Amino acid sequence: MNVRALIVVLLLLPAAALAQGFAGLGQTADGFATPAPDPRFDFPRDSGPHTDFRIEWWYVTANLSSADGRDFGVQWTLFRNALAPTETTGWDSPQVWLGHFGLTTPDAHYSAETYARGGIGQAGVIADPFQAWIDDWSFVQTADGFRLSATTQAAGYDLALRPFGPLVFHGDAGYSVKSADGQASYYYSQPYLEVSGTLTLADEVVEVTGNAWLDREWSSQPLSADQAGWDWFSLSFASGDKLMAFQLRSKDGAAYTSATWIGAGGVTTAYPDGAVLLEPLQSAKVADRQIPVEWRVRLPDRGVDVVVKALNPNAWMDLSVPYWEGPIGLTGTHSGNGYLEMTGY
Amino acid sequence: MIRAVLGALWSHWRHNRLQLFTLVAGLALATALWSGVQAINSEARSSYAAAARTLGEGQYDQILRADGRPIAVDTYVQLRRAGWKVSPVIDGRVDGIRVIGVEPLTAPRSLGGVELDAFQAVGDSPPIFGQKAALDALGRGGVVRPDLAPDAVVTDISVAADLLAQTDPSRLLVLPDQRADLPEIDSIDNGLTRRVAQSGSDLSRLTDSFHMNLTAFGFLAFAVGLFIVHGAIGLAFEQRRPMVRTLRALGVPLRHLIVLMAAELLLIAVAAGAVGVVLGYFIAASLLPDVAATLRGLYGADVGNSLNLSPVWWVSGMAVSMGGTMVAAAGALWQISRMPLMAAGRRALAVQGRVRRRIEAICALCLLSLAAGLGVWGQGLIAGFGLLAALLIGGALALPPMIDLATKVGQKSAGSALSEWFWADTRQQLPSLSLALMALLLAMAANVGVSTMVSSFRLTFQGFLDQRLAAEGYVYADTEEQAKALQPWLSSRTDAVLPIQKVDIAVRGLPTEVYGPIDHETYRSNWTFLTATPTVWDDLHGGGGVVINEQLSRRSGLALGDVVPVGGRDFVVVGIYGDYGNPIGQAMIDAGDFAVLFPEAVPLRFGIRVADSALPDIFADLQSEFGLPVANMVNQAGIKSFSMGVFDRTFVVTAALNILTLAVAGFAILMSLLTLAGLRVPQLAPVWALGMTRRTLGRLELGRAVLLAVLTALFAVPLGLALAWALLSVVNVEAFGWKLPMFLFPQDYLRLIAQAVIAAMIAAAWPAWKLQRTAPADLLKVFANER
Repeated sequence: MNVRALIVVLLLLPAAALAQGFAGLGQTADGFATPAPDPRFDFPRDSGPHTDFRIEWWYVTANLSSADGRDFGVQWTLFRNALAPTETTGWDSPQVWLGHFGLTTPDAHYSAETYARGGIGQAGVIADPFQAWIDDWSFVQTADGFRLSATTQAAGYDLALRPFGPLVFHGDAGYSVKSADGQASYYYSQPYLEVSGTLTLADEVVEVTGNAWLDREWSSQPLSADQAGWDWFSLSFASGDKLMAFQLRSKDGAAYTSATWIGAGGVTTAYPDGAVLLEPLQSAKVADRQIPVEWRVRLPDRGVDVVVKALNPNAWMDLSVPYWEGPIGLTGTHSGNGYLEMTGY
Repeated sequence: MIRAVLGALWSHWRHNRLQLFTLVAGLALATALWSGVQAINSEARSSYAAAARTLGEGQYDQILRADGRPIAVDTYVQLRRAGWKVSPVIDGRVDGIRVIGVEPLTAPRSLGGVELDAFQAVGDSPPIFGQKAALDALGRGGVVRPDLAPDAVVTDISVAADLLAQTDPSRLLVLPDQRADLPEIDSIDNGLTRRVAQSGSDLSRLTDSFHMNLTAFGFLAFAVGLFIVHGAIGLAFEQRRPMVRTLRALGVPLRHLIVLMAAELLLIAVAAGAVGVVLGYFIAASLLPDVAATLRGLYGADVGNSLNLSPVWWVSGMAVSMGGTMVAAAGALWQISRMPLMAAGRRALAVQGRVRRRIEAICALCLLSLAAGLGVWGQGLIAGFGLLAALLIGGALALPPMIDLATKVGQKSAGSALSEWFWADTRQQLPSLSLALMALLLAMAANVGVSTMVSSFRLTFQGFLDQRLAAEGYVYADTEEQAKALQPWLSSRTDAVLPIQKVDIAVRGLPTEVYGPIDHETYRSNWTFLTATPTVWDDLHGGGGVVINEQLSRRSGLALGDVVPVGGRDFVVVGIYGDYGNPIGQAMIDAGDFAVLFPEAVPLRFGIRVADSALPDIFADLQSEFGLPVANMVNQAGIKSFSMGVFDRTFVVTAALNILTLAVAGFAILMSLLTLAGLRVPQLAPVWALGMTRRTLGRLELGRAVLLAVLTALFAVPLGLALAWALLSVVNVEAFGWKLPMFLFPQDYLRLIAQAVIAAMIAAAWPAWKLQRTAPADLLKVFANER
């Protein structure tokens, strides 16, 4: 059976299977809450799950390097999908958890996924003290930060993350609009994470250090029905500033962009549609598709004009809903590193 | 020209309607019995396959608790959080329907029966999948899937938990390709064991004996039927020789003739096959409920009560019919093709007979020696079946020479001319009757063999039940607390309480049930061992001994005095006991040792020793004081009669097939005699002319039939006993690992001989009567050419 169909089907109602956007995220939200402007966040409560919303994730990406100068990228994601806006204990819980694992080296890319049902403790998130887990993949709060670990047959990682800056809220104080029709989500990040730990690869254990970025987002219909996918960039410049930019591509070729400039001390500036310019430069054939693996990112307002290049063009997440995610390097007006995610190709 | 030839060929059948009827009926019967048995077997096997597919049995390793209870949800979660890729299954019965709940998010992709993406919730809760009958019995709506196991439904684990009121999974499936660095399962919970996937489901292994039984019978019936067909075809071709000669003289090419004759036979085969297949369907449909009930009672196997026959079955039935006909006709067709153009009409039956008898005798001798060799030195199941086949075929081939010998002796010792003629005439008829007699021999030998086996089994089984079910009553508790409360109460009311506790573990790598009985007079005085030390019970209860069943002993090569680890401790084998019908191993250790090694197992079942008259009061009090349901209290007589009932029902089908096979053989004799009747006129005419009345002739025919039947029966009984010995001591041991003692039942054999004689008499009655009524004019016509 095709588990790909499962996740799609889990998110879809049988009738309106056609114009639902990427991975069904464009489906209408019956019975679920929808984000409203002017959100009030309350921590640590909001680091936990919001079961009245349909979709939510805890998304960590990290750029790492070893002592001998090799670069690596790591991804740890926990998705929560709800079939109903409640949570129960027991087998009939409507929450479905999905974990994604990614590890990229210059020559190889490892990806894995696992599913779990809510309500029995196999997967879940607790806000305080913070723990997120699915099977033996975990992201838990420790004395001076977090511990992020996941293992698969082919590879694994065990990393310590230490926050050294404040949380950052995208869009309008955390209310991030995704299309001209007004679909939105609540979206904040913790981009200031210092990382040290080990990667376990086929024939070696590598000590690494670097920086990580946590994305937190929840909503009930983040895409409009005609949006086919998105390209998302997180860039950490050597100067200490950061830039988050995404564009949502419509089926008819139009795009809706949004960006957040994160300056010193975590001060954010939100940029509306059209401010940031994302231009694919070069494509590569990955998994029988043409995927742009080199981009030009320009934010004229901040004088940013960089060429973004994938560390490993073959960073294809070959999972039930496939997409491309991998570490990138920057050249141009700024140097630094970051992560790139491209869906809907 | 073809039409003319066909007309000529067909005219033979028009004039010899009886022969045509024999041919068609024989073929139809043979096909009916064969395809009926095949239908039953294939229905059962497809049910097992559906069950295995539905449950993934045989595909994946499973994690279970050693004491058979469900696994706590938290344990499942702990295993997952340790990195084990396992998937829970909740499995139980409600209203007689088996409910299987799977977890689609973690289940292995090929957990067949239902595709995992079909589990998406429609409306409020996930759907239930099953055959229509099962969904109706459950009284809930669902999605009909006719290819699922009968009497079973598959659904999401949350729905199953709700229906069965059981949240803890019954077992966990272990996906292939686990990581190498995971902690051991019993370090997470030491009550768990891992059972390796067995290729071929549990059910098909268990029920193999039953199906083998059926298949053997079907095959035998088909073979007997083919004898009839062979005889009819042979006779028809014999009689058509002059016509063939004429046709060829008229210019019909030989090849055309052969092809047309073969085509004509095929046509008849198709028609007879169709009739046979339809008959087979009805036989199967009428036997199936009994078979299904037997399988459910014996093995807990769910087999549908109605036949779902695929077109393949119909086609294969027809193919078998056509194939059988071709095999039977091959010899005759070949002879026709080799016949010189102007061959004489008929060769002397006697000459033909002598050559054939010699060949038959040599073949028989070879086969019987082969059988003897296999019996002494053969190893393995194939050798066992080879032994059976060689015995049967060799015995059948040896029959005509033996009867010929007997009649020769009778001829030599004949007093009057009449008796000498009688013996000679019998000898002369032998070749034509030999096929029918061989059919009768096979049917009788099979009867003797199987009935000996069944009766031996029954006798042994009864003794076995008496030994095992020595307590007057049995009480089952539903929960551990109830059991703990019951035990002291029962002790105060009865002479003795025998707790029955067991765990399923592996001993020497073989799945084994380990029991821990207490030391009590009941066991000491009732148990019999195949072999044991003189002080077996003392050794068991004080000296660290273990007693094992015959299966375990045979399969692992354990003998008295060997040391074997059970549950981590070493024990010495002090006794081996018979355990009929159990496919797995069994071992017993002292209750004290049991409690130390398996502390988590709490006995939920108790045997109670008390006067029979006190049982009803005790049961009534159990109901009122503990709320124990009636189903949880059984008296010994009840269990015994139930067990014997199941046992008898198993062999009802065998008995039915026995009778059918005998009937087919009787039919064969009837047909042979009837067909011969026409040919016999020239041989009887001279005797009649010499003064013997037709009535005497008729009585002599009857007498001859009785004589031949008795001779056949006398030969059949030893052959049948040899067959029984082969079944009990060779085939059963190789296939199932336990040996049954053979008991003889002379009354049964005498009864069988009487039945055979009666069958022969009935078969011969009509031809004899016809003979008596032959018009003198017909008899005179024989001499018409004498001048």
